[in-house]
Amino acid sequence: MTYARDVVALARKDLLLELRARDTLPAMLLFVVSTFVVFHFAVGSSPSRLAANGLLWVAIVFTALLGLGRAFVPEREQRTLDGLVLAPVDRSTIWVAKSIAALAFLGAAEVVALPVYGLFFHRLSGSAVAGVVLADVGICAVGAFLGAIAVATRARDLLMPLLFLPLAIPIVVGGVGASVAASPGRYLGFLVLYDALFSVVCWATFEFVVTE
Amino acid sequence: MTTAEKYVTAAYCVVFAVVLAYVLIIALKLTRLEREVDALAGRAGPEAEEEARREPAPVG
Amino acid sequence: MGRSYRIPLPALAASAFVLVTLAIAMVFFVAPNDADQGFSQRIFYFHVSIAITAYACFAGGAWKAFRHLTRRDPRYDLESYVAVHQGVILGVLVLLTGSIWAKISWGHWWLWSEDQLVLFLVLFLFYCAYFMLRFSVDPGPQRANLSAVYALFGVVLIPVSFAAIRLAKNLIHPVVFTLQGPRFGGWILVTYCVAQAAMLVLAYTLYRVELAGKLLDSRLRELREVLA
Repeated sequence: MTYARDVVALARKDLLLELRARDTLPAMLLFVVSTFVVFHFAVGSSPSRLAANGLLWVAIVFTALLGLGRAFVPEREQRTLDGLVLAPVDRSTIWVAKSIAALAFLGAAEVVALPVYGLFFHRLSGSAVAGVVLADVGICAVGAFLGAIAVATRARDLLMPLLFLPLAIPIVVGGVGASVAASPGRYLGFLVLYDALFSVVCWATFEFVVTE
Repeated sequence: MTTAEKYVTAAYCVVFAVVLAYVLIIALKLTRLEREVDALAGRAGPEAEEEARREPAPVG
Repeated sequence: MGRSYRIPLPALAASAFVLVTLAIAMVFFVAPNDADQGFSQRIFYFHVSIAITAYACFAGGAWKAFRHLTRRDPRYDLESYVAVHQGVILGVLVLLTGSIWAKISWGHWWLWSEDQLVLFLVLFLFYCAYFMLRFSVDPGPQRANLSAVYALFGVVLIPVSFAAIRLAKNLIHPVVFTLQGPRFGGWILVTYCVAQAAMLVLAYTLYRVELAGKLLDSRLRELREVLA
């Protein structure tokens, strides 16, 4: 499977870069924890379960945005994107690898963020954690794709949230549903559907984003 | 006129106004294009002028 | 380009004018008052037909975007852009008329429980980002590709968002979904069909006019480059 090997090589490159430079992950961690603190002061000491879960999801989406907005910026700045596009690999491997790297960063941030959320607000149920995992896949797949689009524009970082947030609304609906509903099955199913659908679209169209 | 009648009329007027504004904007754009064609025709020779005059015809 | 026959623009404009006039006349003088909502239900004829037309525009834009990606013809890019532009204008009209309807029926200008309104708000945000994207890239093959890909996302987002809004409504205040709404039949159905046809023809006419202007603009630019 050369495809899998290419993906692993590309993802490994991103993770190694992050390990050496430590640009993104500390920023994401600091951001998510400070968001919780801001929320605490914005909504008072005992928000309802629904409101507190809403806060969690807003925090996750914006934290992901912070990391995803940067995903393709180094490639562009160092002019390595042209090299990647010219490399004899399937172009969609670039997107798959970026998504995996983004997923790793977001997952690492959440490993800290979710217990902190439990400490500050209330404990998360198992289905909520499952919802977070499924939502992460969709967020990173769509986000890495849009990051590649945004980096090709003049506005860059400014454009990323505008492109991403309308597409993230269904994820938030599914995630909040999975966290608070009595029967979270259909919300988890919806998240799986979202992940599958948008992954296929991203995978099929990524080539057009990086080539002319 | 009852309140409902007023609101319904308002809704249809809104639709009309938006469509009208849209047509107005398109008309303004076409005027600008016309001016540009004139400018180009003036700059080019007489044969190019003929060419430029012939082009906008299919717009209707 | 495979374009064998196109309806001439004057004929289109004339039929749009006739149909819209006919539709307005029927809405106000022929259609009966609705049993539940009375006079205010008359907004429905244009509100719903504009909404359907807007979906048609978004779908058409996505279809042209797909054609662009397979054929790489800049003309398809232009057609896709104009279709999406039309869809956004119609979407604004859906939001405005829907908001007025909500005000008459429920006394509020905005209702989160109205699926159609919320969906159009999401789509409005999404397609506004489409324009931001388009204006942030220099004209050329890359802009055409990025716009086309984003327009394709839109057509996937519409059903997904619709499902999401239904799910969210269920979560925030459970309701039983019934396909309530005006009981179709007789003059109500005829009036609706005329209004729908009027809107589709009107939108197509405006699409053709805007497209003609845009094509002229690009040809003019080419001409200027040749002369310069």
